[in-house]
Amino acid sequence: MTKSIQNKSRRDFIKTAGATTALAAAGVLSAPLVARAAGSVKIGIVHPVTGWAQYSGSQARFGAQTALDEVNAAGGIQSMGGATLEALLGDAQSKPEIGAAEVEKFNEAGASAIVGAYASNICLATTQAAAKHGIPHVVDVGVSDKIVSRGLENTFRFGPGFGAITKAGVEHFLAINEAAGSPTKTVAIVNEETTGFGAGIAGIMTKGLAPAGIEVVEVLSHPTPNKDFRNIALKLKEIDPDVLIPSHYYNEGVLFLRTLQRQKVQPKAIYSVLGGASSQFRFVSEFPDAAQLVMDCNHWFDPNNPAALALQAKTNAAGLHFNYEVFLAYTAMMFTAKCIDYAGSADRAKIMEAMAACTWTDSIMPYGATKMENGQNTGARPLVTQVVGSDIKVVAPADYASAAPIFPRP
Amino acid sequence: MEFLGITLPSYSWSTIAGSAISGIFLGSIYALVALGLTLIYGVLHIINFAHGALLMLAMYAVYFLWATFGIDPYLAMLIVVPGGFFFGYGLQRFVIGKASHGRDEIILLVTLGVAIVIENAALFFFSATERSVRVPYDLDGIDLGVTWAVYPELAALGGSFLITLALWVFMSRTDTGKAIRAVAKERQGAQLMGINVEHIFAVTFGIGVACVAAAASLLVPTYAVHPQIGSLFVLIAFTVVVLGGMGSFVGALVGGFLIGITEQLGRLYLGESLGVITISVIFILVLLFRPTGLFGVQS
Repeated sequence: MTKSIQNKSRRDFIKTAGATTALAAAGVLSAPLVARAAGSVKIGIVHPVTGWAQYSGSQARFGAQTALDEVNAAGGIQSMGGATLEALLGDAQSKPEIGAAEVEKFNEAGASAIVGAYASNICLATTQAAAKHGIPHVVDVGVSDKIVSRGLENTFRFGPGFGAITKAGVEHFLAINEAAGSPTKTVAIVNEETTGFGAGIAGIMTKGLAPAGIEVVEVLSHPTPNKDFRNIALKLKEIDPDVLIPSHYYNEGVLFLRTLQRQKVQPKAIYSVLGGASSQFRFVSEFPDAAQLVMDCNHWFDPNNPAALALQAKTNAAGLHFNYEVFLAYTAMMFTAKCIDYAGSADRAKIMEAMAACTWTDSIMPYGATKMENGQNTGARPLVTQVVGSDIKVVAPADYASAAPIFPRP
Repeated sequence: MEFLGITLPSYSWSTIAGSAISGIFLGSIYALVALGLTLIYGVLHIINFAHGALLMLAMYAVYFLWATFGIDPYLAMLIVVPGGFFFGYGLQRFVIGKASHGRDEIILLVTLGVAIVIENAALFFFSATERSVRVPYDLDGIDLGVTWAVYPELAALGGSFLITLALWVFMSRTDTGKAIRAVAKERQGAQLMGINVEHIFAVTFGIGVACVAAAASLLVPTYAVHPQIGSLFVLIAFTVVVLGGMGSFVGALVGGFLIGITEQLGRLYLGESLGVITISVIFILVLLFRPTGLFGVQS
């Protein structure tokens, strides 16, 4: 039997949690509840904070830890008498097998849920390991569609998966291209193939773009990490596609876009789908010329949400960059806390049941009501951004857009 | 065109030539990292697992000199090269030498330990964040027709030739160079001739680290610095040293170019992931027909 969560707002949640703590402090609550308030719920937080994905993993850890701290500061889990969330930190070292080993440690330590683990290949391993022990696992960033298609009842993803993002990317691109007079005839895809997050991009793109008369002329895959993109730049020069569609992680994104700039490869547009660096403030600030007018269909926060802007300020104050790793991990932890609150228990099975039934609506992301289907939040969706000057503007869909897309590049 | 049953893509000559030239630039980076290694690994037979970590440390030094004082990465060479020498000298004299008691198997473990300490210390103090240097000449360069060669790449190429030449002159024309070669060939005999073996070991290690520091200055304008950056190059650098011939500076340079060109052409035809197997193929082939490496001599 499944239950349905009432749509409590985040503010109500924090307010009630705070009030509960105040009451507990005043000694008003009964002894058993006070005893429960002193307890804690252990949450495993696993990310690659060393190895090739260390930068993004550290960013994601900050996001998850910040959400956990905010929940505790607001009084903890109200339905459990103000029980605090206790972080168990794990380093996947950018290797799936190490991520799985960290999950074993979380299990022995009594973790009630796990949040992580950034890269798709690590998420595949950690969710599998967590499934063995029946630990609910909320995937923060990993977008591979395989993560939620293996029938694992413990695995949930609050953000959109790769297939959904690519399909949305195609739809938005076609609309932008059409509005500009349909200048695009050919595209080339440059994607990473080590962690497999972009597996199937060529198929989805070809199928989606063909009806508009746009041909995918080349798919250039590369490993992660990759230390040189000159060959790919040379191939692109020879093919001369109208539009480039890169899809890879941050380091490769930076090196790729800088190599294009150095090799004077100038397509009509660079329209990333999960472009790694393409919608990262850090890249914009460090290499503004290489980043100019690059578009990206990617995870993005709701630019109209005050809580999102507050998190952005907090992230910047910590000397970090408000990138997708931060707000996705933050949201994954908030979702976990929300579901523990509803379950009213640290019991893994009850938390899983709550996650499956969750209808949370007021996250900092531009999503509709949460609706989990086989562990995937079908209400999740990406936005399309474009680097303009030193800022990153949302250019699609229209209900979140802060600027019109500049396409093709002048 | 087919190769081993795989249908290879066809490219224009300009793309193939551009790829080969990019292999030369990539090879110059391998050579830069391998030059210090061939001195330590090739001449003294110390398998220095800390080489990648020392490269990373030197790159951080270059980065911080730029970020803090605005010193251009190439000018920073004037500081990091002597600094690298003294750091390497001290590391060998007071840490590796003392802890290993002259036993090769312990040296290997000590350098591995040093690498772990340096990498984790970097992670602790500098965090995992990649740091990039922005230089005004980053995008300027020469149009070679088939590809663009930007100044940082040309500097790395020129640097690899200059360091090779400097090391060759040093080893063949100076007394210290001769002493290093004497210690490498016959340690006890050199000691009997009055050479301070401990000092020569430390000097050699110091020069090796100074080479790494020079390489760091030449790499920083192109590559972001992070605690794992050394491992990206050092494994291939070991291959370059063996391929070129242990202790041969010219071998390191030619080996670097050979590996770079092979890798780039392999990637062009076999794809970015599969293409790197050509490094192993060329490595095995060279050792099959010339076990001492391209420029190595039978000891």
